[in-house]
Amino acid sequence: MAYSEKVLDHYKNPRNVGSFDPNDENVGTGLVGAPECGDVMKLQLKINDDGIIEDAKFKTFGCGSAIASSSYATELVKGKTIDEAFAIQNKKIVEELSLPPVKIHCSVLAEGAIKAAVEDWKRRKEAKARENSVPGKQ
Amino acid sequence: MVKTPIYMDNHATTPVDPRVLEAMLPYFTDVFGNAASRNHVFGHEAEAAVEEMRGTIGAAIGADPKNVIFTSGATESDNMAIKGVAEFYKERGNHIITQVTEHKAVLDTCKELERRGYEVTYLPVDRHGLIDLDDLRKAIKPETILISVMMANNEIGTIQPVKEIGALAKEKGVLFHSDATQAVGKLPVHVDELGIDLLSMSAHKIYGPKGVGALYVRGRNPRVRLAPLFHGGGHERGMRSGTLNVTGIVGFGKALQIAVDEMESESARVKKLRDKLETTLRDRLDEVFVNGHPTLRLAGNLNMSFAYVEGESLLMGLREIALSSGSACTSATLEPSYVLKAIGVSDDLAHTSLRFGLGRFNTEEEVDYAADRVVEEVNRLREMSPLYEMAKSGVDLKTMAWKRD
Repeated sequence: MAYSEKVLDHYKNPRNVGSFDPNDENVGTGLVGAPECGDVMKLQLKINDDGIIEDAKFKTFGCGSAIASSSYATELVKGKTIDEAFAIQNKKIVEELSLPPVKIHCSVLAEGAIKAAVEDWKRRKEAKARENSVPGKQ
Repeated sequence: MVKTPIYMDNHATTPVDPRVLEAMLPYFTDVFGNAASRNHVFGHEAEAAVEEMRGTIGAAIGADPKNVIFTSGATESDNMAIKGVAEFYKERGNHIITQVTEHKAVLDTCKELERRGYEVTYLPVDRHGLIDLDDLRKAIKPETILISVMMANNEIGTIQPVKEIGALAKEKGVLFHSDATQAVGKLPVHVDELGIDLLSMSAHKIYGPKGVGALYVRGRNPRVRLAPLFHGGGHERGMRSGTLNVTGIVGFGKALQIAVDEMESESARVKKLRDKLETTLRDRLDEVFVNGHPTLRLAGNLNMSFAYVEGESLLMGLREIALSSGSACTSATLEPSYVLKAIGVSDDLAHTSLRFGLGRFNTEEEVDYAADRVVEEVNRLREMSPLYEMAKSGVDLKTMAWKRD
């Protein structure tokens, strides 16, 4: 199949490949997809106390469009607030990368990865807050 | 420096050998007659060429030439054999036996016959892609009219025990069809020795032109009858009407002649290249797995899974090398190869497979280049793969709870 120039560019020069320490309290990790479906995306966001996404990294097992979708997603979220990131829709990725209909699921997965990473960060923040607000915890 | 792009997809199709093209050329312009024109020299010459090639092809498979019926290719041959037998012998029985890794030309034809009320048994295969002869024996019943088992598989190259199947079919009085598209010209084929009653062949897999093939239909012991698919001028003894593709037939005959003449040296050469490719990739990469039979396999075939790297993305990184993948990321179903599934390759590993099909025009230099590039891309993509990272840190990917979309 023919890939768009942008998909090829992200595939050849993926932005922000790598991992953050998932135990870092400022890091939210989203892991979506399944190996038997041929797509797994891991997206990690480093979020500061003001809820701004300072940095993002990804690793993806999947076709070129899946790699490009997650690479583009890391660019898209940097500098955004968690609410803005949470509101990103897959359509934005489809348009930017000119994904054909059979590859739309790649953008859906990337959108899911962003949401999962934000939720993971929120969950961990809330857990931490609960820990701190319970005096004399055991 | 090796010239790119490199073609390593010879199971899909092959280029026409220049010797074949040379043999074909006069039949486009000078000897262009209709082989059915009986009343002038143009027709006679075309007919003579067709009959010469029928002789060549018959000799190449140990068959009486008059039992070679020209078709448009193996898909038509498979349809003609299976539907033709099913229709002609429907009074005798309605049961057909085939196996799960057949080409779609066989499987989809069988599915169509099921819709028409026939019963089809799809035999399973073992992890190397071989059917079990005991399974076959048990599947045969009084209503069985046909067994259809391919000679060699197009994805994993596994070579079926055709001779044993032929003997069993004869013992039980059942007709035996074999799709030999990937095998003729590469393996010795003798229809009498192998007990084959119907044999499908194609020219474009053996350095001949596309759009031409043949079906061998046994003429005696037993005489096989077929209901034709095409009706018309009664060509090919009424079994396949339609003006003969004289140019294509000349190319097919010449291609098969060359393949048979050079089979011994060429299969040794191709096998050496394939083995070098396989050994190099195994030595330089961890967690790679060969799909198919370790020894009963076509010489040019190497189907390999590269764990943690999705096949289509790997192909994208190897754009200057023409290969296929068992991943089906582009298909709407997202289902990977049914052949790999049938031999028990898990879906996650099936998504990571590549098929190398080496052939007549591949060189050692090309194989070395391909091996280097595959190693490079697999390593690059593994660095990008969350699965590789998780596996290396001791996470058991099989027991993980995955979020499926």
